[in-house]
Amino acid sequence: MTATIETPRSPRTRPHSRVNLEKWGWIYMRASGVVLVVLIFGHLFVNLVAGEGVKAIDFGFVGGKLSQPFWQIWDTMLLWLALIHGANGMRTIVNDYASNPLVRRIFTGALLASAALLILLGTLVIYTFDPCPVGSPADLLPSFCKAS
Amino acid sequence: MWSWVLHRITGVAIFFFLLVHILDTSLVRLSPQAYNAVIDQYKTPIMGLGEAGLVAAIGFHALNGLRIILIDFWSVGTKHQRLMFWIVVGLWAVLMAGFLPRQLMHIFGGA
Repeated sequence: MTATIETPRSPRTRPHSRVNLEKWGWIYMRASGVVLVVLIFGHLFVNLVAGEGVKAIDFGFVGGKLSQPFWQIWDTMLLWLALIHGANGMRTIVNDYASNPLVRRIFTGALLASAALLILLGTLVIYTFDPCPVGSPADLLPSFCKAS
Repeated sequence: MWSWVLHRITGVAIFFFLLVHILDTSLVRLSPQAYNAVIDQYKTPIMGLGEAGLVAAIGFHALNGLRIILIDFWSVGTKHQRLMFWIVVGLWAVLMAGFLPRQLMHIFGGA
């Protein structure tokens, strides 16, 4: 396979797009990164350090958090910002190492599909979640669930 | 170069954890029993140590990410990039010194 190199300073052949997506991706990584530092350290502190660690995490703990709008918004921002940040970072790595165009397309497509699917799933879970499901044992539920 | 390598390795590791973490948390929508059964798998010493590794990876990725932003946007960022790398390592060590004892207490009992 021989690579063809254009004559230096020849005009661009690729249609010039008005929006430079790679530039916005680069900006996104930095902007989301700063926000994620705050969101993730807050998330880790509240879940792993302030309480009794992972041992204290169960349905009652998550139900208690996700019934409050504050944590719903916090977790939604975490979900969207982190997953897009991670998938775009993985795309950078795929572009660096997958030299075969077909392999690159498959990996990039898989990243796009998994990120889109998990964002949809996670967002649906956060906003359709019932902290007091009917018929569940009361000792598994958050304390504010009245026995019915 | 090593900061670049570490940033990639920690980034990939965090990404795959994130995929699993969204799936396990989504079980709250299914039933309390399903969620508790899966989250109980995290409450073992091996997973506790894995969690410590995850926090170590996130701590480095976060601090080195802030260093990358300073290199890109701070007028003298590139000049001080090497010093900033050692500041990242220092802050990371402080962070882990604060987190690890707490995590080990949680894993192996005690207060």
